[in-house]
Amino acid sequence: MLIPNLSPLWISLKVSLLATAITFVLGTVVAYSMYCYHSKWRSLIEGILIAPLILPPTVVGFILLMLLGKNGILGQILAQCNLRLVFTWYAAVLAAIIVAFPLMYRAALGAFEQIDPVLLDAARLDGASEAEVFCYIALPLAIPGILAGVVLTFARALGEFGATLMLAGNIPGQTQTMPMAIYFAVEAGAIQEGWFWTIAVVCISLVGIVAINSWKI
Amino acid sequence: MRLKSLRVTLSSFLATILLIACTQLTPLSQISQQPTVQSSTLLISAAASLDEALQEITPIYTQANSNQTINYNLAASGALQQQIEQGAPADVFISAANKQMDALEKKGLLASGTRKNLLTNQLVLIIPKQASVSLTDFQQLVKPEVKRITVGEPRSVPVGQYATEVLQNLGILEQVQAKFVLGNNVKSVLTAVETGDVDAGIVYITDAKSSDRVTIVTTADERLHSPILYPIAVLNSSKSLDAAKQYVDFLQSPPAKAVFEKYGFGIAKS
Repeated sequence: MLIPNLSPLWISLKVSLLATAITFVLGTVVAYSMYCYHSKWRSLIEGILIAPLILPPTVVGFILLMLLGKNGILGQILAQCNLRLVFTWYAAVLAAIIVAFPLMYRAALGAFEQIDPVLLDAARLDGASEAEVFCYIALPLAIPGILAGVVLTFARALGEFGATLMLAGNIPGQTQTMPMAIYFAVEAGAIQEGWFWTIAVVCISLVGIVAINSWKI
Repeated sequence: MRLKSLRVTLSSFLATILLIACTQLTPLSQISQQPTVQSSTLLISAAASLDEALQEITPIYTQANSNQTINYNLAASGALQQQIEQGAPADVFISAANKQMDALEKKGLLASGTRKNLLTNQLVLIIPKQASVSLTDFQQLVKPEVKRITVGEPRSVPVGQYATEVLQNLGILEQVQAKFVLGNNVKSVLTAVETGDVDAGIVYITDAKSSDRVTIVTTADERLHSPILYPIAVLNSSKSLDAAKQYVDFLQSPPAKAVFEKYGFGIAKS
């Protein structure tokens, strides 16, 4: 079997690993803030945070393109700083972060909600600051749930296609990820190439899940 | 009490299903009793560049043939070819290049004797109306200020195949290839230029004319690319061969030709 250019593999790994790292920090911190936050706006904010999960990726891609494109509000601000996000691999990272964020957030929030609040209050009584309560008590107790969130985030980021294609475009060697390579291989009738990338995605996903599972045990 | 309500729910559920079944069955039996009435729905798989022209032609056709319904599946010719090879229930295929039609012909998927050349088109270089980089010909695409050029994906999108031929023959393909954003059909190429997110794009003159948000820089010399021909054929998997042939004939008739020409297509010599 002919081995195609491997750049989609490296781009996919680069984009999804970076997106996972950022989403992990962002999702965990936001989830903990929401866990401590109680007001009537909570359900509305939560709805907005979860939205990318229930919206089709093309809707997310369209909104981002309208915001970040050359004539979008954010796009014009970026242009003044001589920056261009659309059709770069950073755009692929951004798209992956936004579609994967709800998974990380929900998993982390669930994990924090499992913690007995008495433990956190006990630490506060003993004089721990809120930052210390988060770092030394809440985070370690929530790790299994957060880890599950990281796996889901990575899988979602690796599989992201719709929003990425709209925002980052199909640029071989720069933004063409594995799912994109599969799509365009099939459209071009390059079935072998389609199989190659399909098997690659399946292998990476399986290896990731097996690695996380064995690490937990 | 609970059992009773359960029974009520169940029986009303069953009644609903029966009702749906009845309404579904009645027209079916009517149809089978009158097999002579020729009403058919045609699915036309057509190159994305034909979108506007076909949308305008359809009402003219269905007015004269009120028993027919025409549906379109518009995409890149390569994608349509793949769908047809995998058994998509299309009746007519209109490709934007011979390559895709040849592939289907080789596999014996075309109804014999129905393949004809329908239209011709031209290739143009376009830039956004409010362009940050102004260009006057293809050669200038090598300029460093031109950061992104959008073309169709050459393997599956004919307009991309023609564009790479032009750049290849001008000897600048290698230099500009790194700037390519590959669109999955000609309309996505056009949109990327319209929004100004790329500096330039290569599309058909018909697409460029349909948009008031792009400027045509220049038309590619026809000697630089293989002739842009739109072949049409009826597929032999079609369940309404006669209706499909009638539709293909109509596309070659004067009223349809007038619409095609209005949109900037050339009529192919048969």
